[in-house]
Amino acid sequence: MNKAVMQSELKTPGVTKPKAECRNLNFFYGSNNALKNINLQIEDRAVTALIGPSGCGKSTLLRCFNRMHDLYPDNRYEGEIKLFPDGINIVSSRVDAIEMRLRIGMVFQKPNPFPKSIYENIAYGLRIRGDRIKKSELDDRVQKALEGAALWNEVKDRLKEPGTSLSGGQQQRLCIARALATDPEIILFDEPTSALDPLSTAKVEELIGELNGKVTILIVTHNMQQAARISKNTVFMYLGEVIEADGTEKVFTNPSQQKTHEYITGRFG
Amino acid sequence: MAAASAAKPPRRRVTHKLSERIIEWLLFLAAASSVAVTVGIVYVLVFESYVFFEYLWKEGRLTEFFTHTRWTPAFDDAEYGILPLLNGTILIAGIALLIAVPFGLTTAIYISEFAGPRAREVIKPIMEILSDVPTVVYGYFAFLFVTPLLKATLFPDISAFNALSAGLVMGIMIIPYVASVSEDAMRAVPMSLREGSFAMGATRLETAIRVVFPAAISGVLAAFILGISRAVGETMIVKIAAGSQPVMTLDPTESAATITAFIVAISHGDLPYGSLAYLSIYAAGLTLFVMTLSFNLIAFFIRKRYREIYE
Repeated sequence: MNKAVMQSELKTPGVTKPKAECRNLNFFYGSNNALKNINLQIEDRAVTALIGPSGCGKSTLLRCFNRMHDLYPDNRYEGEIKLFPDGINIVSSRVDAIEMRLRIGMVFQKPNPFPKSIYENIAYGLRIRGDRIKKSELDDRVQKALEGAALWNEVKDRLKEPGTSLSGGQQQRLCIARALATDPEIILFDEPTSALDPLSTAKVEELIGELNGKVTILIVTHNMQQAARISKNTVFMYLGEVIEADGTEKVFTNPSQQKTHEYITGRFG
Repeated sequence: MAAASAAKPPRRRVTHKLSERIIEWLLFLAAASSVAVTVGIVYVLVFESYVFFEYLWKEGRLTEFFTHTRWTPAFDDAEYGILPLLNGTILIAGIALLIAVPFGLTTAIYISEFAGPRAREVIKPIMEILSDVPTVVYGYFAFLFVTPLLKATLFPDISAFNALSAGLVMGIMIIPYVASVSEDAMRAVPMSLREGSFAMGATRLETAIRVVFPAAISGVLAAFILGISRAVGETMIVKIAAGSQPVMTLDPTESAATITAFIVAISHGDLPYGSLAYLSIYAAGLTLFVMTLSFNLIAFFIRKRYREIYE
């Protein structure tokens, strides 16, 4: 399906205004071709879910968007991920990875608050941006970020306490607030609820639902109900390839590919 | 047939159990002997010190040990004030730390956060060689090289025996120690924490200093304290390079005797066995033991208290 549109104008069904698009993206761990010729558009200010069985490359694809693979040796990108509006190629070796990470935030599988206070966890991204920021403005932005992550009411009286003193679910919302604080253009979520209990999961999902329409979100999940509940578009991947990308409802009710159908009906994965 | 096969397995199990038990006992004895030796040493130290303190107490001079600023067991009018020895010990260990902490820490940060696998493979063994150099070599290095160098350059009036060169060289000696323990602590910081920082757009240096270092702070503090403990217990360097004049001074260009240097000096002399001066070695040794033990305990508790957060 994707190969057909490769040469001409790229058009992913369900996408009206792309925030980013992968063009002939390949990724290699050493000699292992983990992502094969990915062509995909990501809708602006919407939630796009990446689903597929373990090892299908969904996390690998996600981590291309903020160049996390650069942290480890022998990783290599080919092709492009264009970030709009400026159309810069995220994975180009001439583009500074740090520059990209300043524009694209990430929330990880396991909550990873820094060994700092709740306040400093949120302020971290603003502080490393280096511009001198007034204390009052910093306070405002920390509060705004915590409110955005629905955590403000729980922590407003204990901002000086360490981030690690929070519960697992609160820690994950702290990490979301940390990502929100710098107003990133895209936030990447790598299975953000897989280490959380059902109640915390519900809260994080609700939060992502609220961010739908405000920020561009790319979320990896192997919980299909979760993908169906929170996303506007869904991308199904298998063995390093994008098999189908479309509106979430379409993918889950009337997929056009046999493989997608088998996966969402639980026949493998 | 049935009886034979039923009888056989238990017998095998008995011999198996017997050899198992013998081995268990041998292992236990090996472990117990090291504990016994430690207990023996502590016993001798405490017992002989007790005799020393009892003697002082009978003469009504017990407080002298903790308050007097002269330590002259070999003199006719002997005085037993431990303070000058403590002064020398702490002064030299302090100088050593001023060297070892910054160099050890930057080395650790470099190896753990910046060096590639190849650089690490080169640096770590070299560092280990540094800590394999016999301390007597460091001692002569301080005495024959560092002191003349200091005299020719910064301190023309420096004594031939002085605290400064002993402290500097001792600092060099414990750099690998501080670096390796701190590096272990930083390497133990989970990768997910670094990824979190990099994902915010932080550089390697920002990640190392603002995230990895605070996360490893307990291990790093423990490294410092173990370094102090090592410096306080070090003997050869101070004996050779710092001399054996117990003086109350903070001037590092002066000669200074440490507890360890005193013990070496006296135990080579011809003090009559059982004399008060002879027994004072044990009191000094006990003081040293209490110091290093408490440093090690502090390090242990710091590590224990802050460790669990990221494990």
